[in-house]
This record gives sequence, structure tokens and C-alpha cells, in this order.
Amino acid sequence: MAQSTPDFGLRPDLAVIARVIPDGSRVLDIGCGDGALMEALQAHKDCDVRGIEIDPDSVEKCVARGLSVVQGDADSDLAAYPKGSFDFVVLSQTLPMAKRPDLMLGELLRVGRQAFVSFPNFAHWRTRAALMFGGRMPVTRALPLTWYETRNIHHVTVDDFRELAREKGARIENSWFFAGEKPVGRGANLRAEFAVFQLTR
Amino acid sequence: MMSPAALSNVTLPADLSLDSGQALSGVSIAYEAYGALNAAKDNAILVCHALTGDQFVASEHPVTGKSGWWERMVGPGKPVDTDRFFVICANVIGSCMGSTGPASEASDGRPYAMRFPVITIRDMVRGLVGLLDVLGIERLHTAVGGSMGGMQVLSIAANFPERANRVLAIATTARHSAQNIAFHEVGRQAIMADPAWHNGDYYAAGAQPDAGLAVARMAAHITYLSEEGLTRKFGRRLQDRPDGSAGAKSFGFDADFQVESYLRYQGSGFTRRFDANSYLYITRAMDYFDLAEEHGGTLAEAFAGSKARFCIVSFDTDWLYPTSESRHIVHALNAAGAPVSFVELSAPYGHDSFLLDVPALDRVVKGFVG
Repeated sequence: MAQSTPDFGLRPDLAVIARVIPDGSRVLDIGCGDGALMEALQAHKDCDVRGIEIDPDSVEKCVARGLSVVQGDADSDLAAYPKGSFDFVVLSQTLPMAKRPDLMLGELLRVGRQAFVSFPNFAHWRTRAALMFGGRMPVTRALPLTWYETRNIHHVTVDDFRELAREKGARIENSWFFAGEKPVGRGANLRAEFAVFQLTR
Repeated sequence: MMSPAALSNVTLPADLSLDSGQALSGVSIAYEAYGALNAAKDNAILVCHALTGDQFVASEHPVTGKSGWWERMVGPGKPVDTDRFFVICANVIGSCMGSTGPASEASDGRPYAMRFPVITIRDMVRGLVGLLDVLGIERLHTAVGGSMGGMQVLSIAANFPERANRVLAIATTARHSAQNIAFHEVGRQAIMADPAWHNGDYYAAGAQPDAGLAVARMAAHITYLSEEGLTRKFGRRLQDRPDGSAGAKSFGFDADFQVESYLRYQGSGFTRRFDANSYLYITRAMDYFDLAEEHGGTLAEAFAGSKARFCIVSFDTDWLYPTSESRHIVHALNAAGAPVSFVELSAPYGHDSFLLDVPALDRVVKGFVG
């Protein structure tokens, strides 16, 4: 890995976010998991980072790491945060679990001046192929759980998300696409396993 | 009741102005300290005790001989590590283990009894801050407490925001609910209905309102446990008879069930270490507690000036101060922009979980204290 693109020991979508967020920002990480991104932003970017996580075991791990993480449900708890509380709000791999992703997107850009949203792309060719040729709900590297185990209730594609952002009047500042660890250039809706979007109101 | 003479305490140099508008002079604060205060005086942790707790957080109780009430949490190598931190735990005012309370002598040499002013949680905190002033501790590393101790640490954060860097509030609430007040009122009425209470003037008498105080404790104790915990511990099992024979229904009103026997034991044991009037005054202080009301009706306003990091912990089986109360605090802290962690831990013991074997709590406390 070149000096100019440190990955902070994070998976590719989080590494992009950690690189782009400027030093000293106020950040809310929704669905922060074990707090890896939060820790990187604190350690390398001197950010003031807060987290929301629904799983109590993950919250306990975060608190034990000295991170400020609140156990809660982003669907209901974002309402408690005042408008513009954060410079950046991060929603990594959590959008398909939201009850109403469209309302969630509005909340992200109310609470934060900018938002990062990352999600697995349901239109990746592997997913398409699994459904087309297998006739079964896809279980892939990007979507490793069966249809009955997954907490994703709103599968989404790169093009769907672009359309949603347009409808909600959110501006896409930047986007990044990955297949595994590798960046994807053109044809993201077919070739990307994961997408990261940077949005502003 | 023991004589408090043997306890280590300080007398506050200034009068304590109370929320009621009254003042207390010559206030004594009894405390225990563990570990050593460093030269920078920045390694002090204040542990705040619950309603019937005391300063003996990590040392043997002088009356009961039992080990400290939070020894699983406080000690060398424990989550609140006395090898690294100077840990202070003080008896709150209004209580009866050496700090000024209704059993203490007033200026006329007789016990205050009901002449003791009604105090609030904030008044207790004023006493604790007075102790910190005497000890020369400007800023606590952490203020930590469960139940009423949690109310005190929240009150410190709201009223003395510069006095604590970290605030850890466990199994607590920012206001007493109607249900909370109702249970306390049952306890107070039990004490005041005891003929030995004598309007609080029983200190010189041969008898004390032990029966009333025991009933108060029994009623309160039920609120500290979960139904599941009670069922698991006692179920409908019968108590062995005093002569050692196997338990059977007596067709009378002995403690046939183990749960009855347990509550009676809890009640009578409690009267040996606690003063009935203190129970009245401290439950009153808890009932008056409403942190938002003190700060213009908005809880977020209470924390507006705070620079501290917060950690709020609730337990899924605590129906006395349920998780919804903790969430209410967390939302206010979020609105105030305060750095806050919150976790609802799973434990079977109800409200008392904060005192019992819950390893996840140990990890959270250790992680937050750092």
C-alpha cells in the first residue's frame, strides 16, 4: 500500500472514509460495529467521534476501547440529535437494514453537514448471476448471509441509490466502488460489490 | 445503630446551604479512601453510594462485618483499580454512618430527629464537593455511582461541571417516577406507623421503630430484584422449620415460603445498621430528584455546561429504573453535545445487577475509567 493511501487497517470502504474526512472533524458513525473506523479517526485524524450501534456486545467492546458509543437504533434515535450536530455522518453497510432508507438519508443530512453511505451493491454481476442462473436468493462474498438470516430488508443497487439521492435533493460529492479490495472504475452498477457515496445537502 | 465516633471524617469549614433555604453548620462527612493521591491530584475517583449504602465500598463494614459493598469492582487490580487511583467513598448527609444526619447532635446537644432539614440529592452532592475541597481535589478523574449514587454523579455533572472529567452513572434515572415515589411512600408510612417511631424522637427511648423500618426495607427490596431472579432463587419453595424439620405449609402466618423468610431476614438485618429517620430523609431526597426541573425543565440544559465524558449503563431486568430512563438521559446528553456511551446490559438480577456478578459491567467500567 502506497504512503499516499493509508488503509489504517480498515476494510476498503471504511479506509476511503477515514482518508477523506479532514483532521479535527466531528463525526457520527452509525452502525459503528466494534469501533474500528472510530478508533482510526480518533488516532490518525484527531476527530471527535461518536457512535451508534444496535448490538450490545459490540457496544460493550467499543466502551471497553474508550469510545463514546450509544446502544441504540438509528431508525428512532437520530431524532434526538440536533440539526447539524456533526460535520460528517457515516452509515456503513447499514442502509439496507433501515426501516425506511429514504427517511434515513434525510436524517443523515439533517444531523450531519455531509454524509458517507456505504452498502453492498445488489446489482453486482455475481448477485445477478446467482438469481438468474441459480434461481435462488444470492449468497455471495458481499452478501454472505442467507435470505432468512440477513438483517438487510432493503437491498439496493448503485443506480437505485443515485436515483434516491436525486429524489431527496442530496448532492453526490464523490463516490468509490470496490470489488473485494480492488477499486472499480466504469460500470460500477454491474462490477462493484461495494459502493461508498459522499453526500451533501 | 453504631456509634460513628470511630469513623474517619472531616468537618466542613463552611455552612452547607440547602435547597430548602435552610443551612447546616458544622457538617461532618465520613469517608473511606483507598490507594494514593498522586502529586498532580488528578487520579481521584469518587464512588457514590446508593440509598442504604455507605462509605465502606471496599472495606469491611464495621457493624455487619461484611465485606465492602462493591469489592468486586473496587480494589487492587479491579476495574476501579486502587493501585492506580485514589478512590474516595463518602457517607451522604442525611445518612447514619458518620456523616451529619437526623441522628446527629444538633447545637442543643440533642439529636436532630425530625428537626433535621429535608435535603435533596444536590445537597448531598454539595456535601461531597465540600469533602473534595477539604481533600484538595479540584477535579475528579471519574465520578461513579449506581442507583442513588448515579443520581449524585449526574447531579455533580449538572451542578459542578468542572469537578469531574468522567461521569459513570449505572442503573439510575434523572427523575423519580410516580411509581418510584409510591414505593418510597409505602416505606415511609411503614416507619411512621410504628408506635416506636414517636414522631422521630426515639433515640433516647429503649425501643426504635425497627418493625416499621424492616417492612420498609422488605417492600423496597422487592423492587431491587426481578421476578425472574426471585423465581430462580426461591420459586414456591418452602422454608425449613426452625427446629430443622422439612418445610411445610403451617396453615398459619409463619414464614412458610423461602421468599418470606428471606425478606424478613433482609428487613431485620437492615435495622441493625440503619436509622429509620435517615431512611425517611434519604427516600425524600430521591423523590424530590428531577434534574430537568432544577434546570428550567429541560434535561439537556442540565448538561449544557458539561465538559465531561459520560457513560450510562442500564440493565434489561431493572424495572425500578428501567432502560427507558437511561435512554432519556442519553438523548439529553446527545442534545447537549456531550460525549456519551450507553449500553443496556443483560443480567437476571433486576436493579441490584449493578452490585452483583455481571462480568460485562466490569469490562464496561474498566474500559470507561481507562
